[in-house]
Amino acid sequence: MAEFWNSYGFPLLIMVAQSVLLMVVLLLIIAYILYADRKIWAAVQIRRGPNVVGPWGLLQSFADLLKFVLKEPVIPASSDKFLFLFAPMITVILSLAGWAVIPMADGWVISDINVGILYVFAISSLGVYGVIIGGWASNSKYPFLSALRSAAQMVSYEVSIGFVIVTVLLCVGSLNLSDIVNAQQTGLANMLGVPWLTILNWYWLPLFPMFVVFFVSALAETNRPPFDLAEAESELVAGFMVEYGSTPYMMFMLGEYVAIALMCSLTTILFMGGWLPPVDVAPFTWVPGVVWFLLKSLMVFFMFAMVKAMVPRYRYDQLMRLGWKVFLPLSLFMVFAVAAVLMAMGWAPVSGAV
Amino acid sequence: MVLQELFFYLFAAIAVASAFMVIAARNPVHSVLFLIACFINAAGLFVLIGAEYLAMLLIVVYVGAVMVLFLFVVMMLDVDFAEMRQGVLQYLPVGALIGFILLAELIMAVSGWYFAPEAFGHGAEPMQSAEQVQNIAAIGQVLYTKYIFYFQTCGIILLVAMVGAIVLTLRHKKNVKRQDISEQVARSPETSIEVVSVENRKGI
Repeated sequence: MAEFWNSYGFPLLIMVAQSVLLMVVLLLIIAYILYADRKIWAAVQIRRGPNVVGPWGLLQSFADLLKFVLKEPVIPASSDKFLFLFAPMITVILSLAGWAVIPMADGWVISDINVGILYVFAISSLGVYGVIIGGWASNSKYPFLSALRSAAQMVSYEVSIGFVIVTVLLCVGSLNLSDIVNAQQTGLANMLGVPWLTILNWYWLPLFPMFVVFFVSALAETNRPPFDLAEAESELVAGFMVEYGSTPYMMFMLGEYVAIALMCSLTTILFMGGWLPPVDVAPFTWVPGVVWFLLKSLMVFFMFAMVKAMVPRYRYDQLMRLGWKVFLPLSLFMVFAVAAVLMAMGWAPVSGAV
Repeated sequence: MVLQELFFYLFAAIAVASAFMVIAARNPVHSVLFLIACFINAAGLFVLIGAEYLAMLLIVVYVGAVMVLFLFVVMMLDVDFAEMRQGVLQYLPVGALIGFILLAELIMAVSGWYFAPEAFGHGAEPMQSAEQVQNIAAIGQVLYTKYIFYFQTCGIILLVAMVGAIVLTLRHKKNVKRQDISEQVARSPETSIEVVSVENRKGI
């Protein structure tokens, strides 16, 4: 019994404790990036934004949470009741599940699996089911139509995200997310003779076109403006969530924001050196890695919020054209170009051993 | 090992149950969702035998892309159940034959494994063990060297199928308006705006 406890009991307890800690911190951060999103949006439009609940409106997200939870959930009589409630659950559970493999700092990861990046990619490609099941289970015309079109959108942009990830993997030689960050410790800065300027080592500079493609595809994948055709309220009322209210609606929204945060941290890991400090000299190296990770992720989120505030919404055919006719050929070409450069210059990483 | 066995039985039981529900569910959309559940549990089984790359690929390709399109089609089909039930007797002999052949093949494969375990895996490419090499590297080492011809052939077959599907469905009708982005971007105020000074009470 003691052996069983040592081999399974304690690791399980540690893992549960880590997961709960991660989830609590993550949800708190989500509450404040929601607030930040609205404040940034308001600032761009010269409004005040939420400023009533708590000092400077800091408790606005929690007030919204209470409002959603205390409302009466309405389930349409002709809907598929189980699937109707199941869809928001999948959205939330899947977007939270992706965080299991995200390394916040050196070694700060719940599950350090070999195929980490593929796991995140798989989880984010499953996110489409929340949308499509929710739209279908509502048993109503507009939710169904918008579920179909937003599912088509999410599937389209996954293709270019996949190719972008391939170009990064070609440079790294591993699918492990911690290895991807560690591979960015050396690179362009060493070649230029300024090894302390580690910000040049990160992949955003050598793979700059892919960084842009990834950022735009991440916007489309998470249904953020200017690609928020899933819930284009001026055309489709509220998209696939028309029939949803109270807690189920809140779960869709929560899942969406958790997925956005996941994409921000993935951008940080793939292109912005994860937990590595931007300049490898004394005051910067004293800052713990998790702070750098958080700062970089929040910076990416700030860009997400600014795009939402400034860029007008795409038309659906423009969105599809961008995905299939611009990003797909560009990223496919870049896979070839990066592979060719790595082979020609002898920079290709040697990998395969565990 | 206890935990692995526990999870094996969990995944296997859910996979078999949801595979059964695929044919037992009355609503075709529910059938597709059960098929997805079956795939996810199969991916779990792959993880248990240490093939985590195959597991992730199964989820990305089948669950994330193929089944989404499948779900699209099934959701938009107008399925008439009464009509489908009428056809059951008609298709029963063919279905039973195919099922029987599959069953016989399974029995042959499993019995060969049971009676001559030393012959099992003889035709396979010799591999380094999972402790020495990650399974993604192991697959890459044989897929792009020994099996490159089959790999490329598969790619060409898929390409031909894709081109064929596009050729069959792409029709240029005269009356259908199409977007031409370069034309839209190249528009200038001179060609698209006409300034007219309208006389009072006359109109254009």
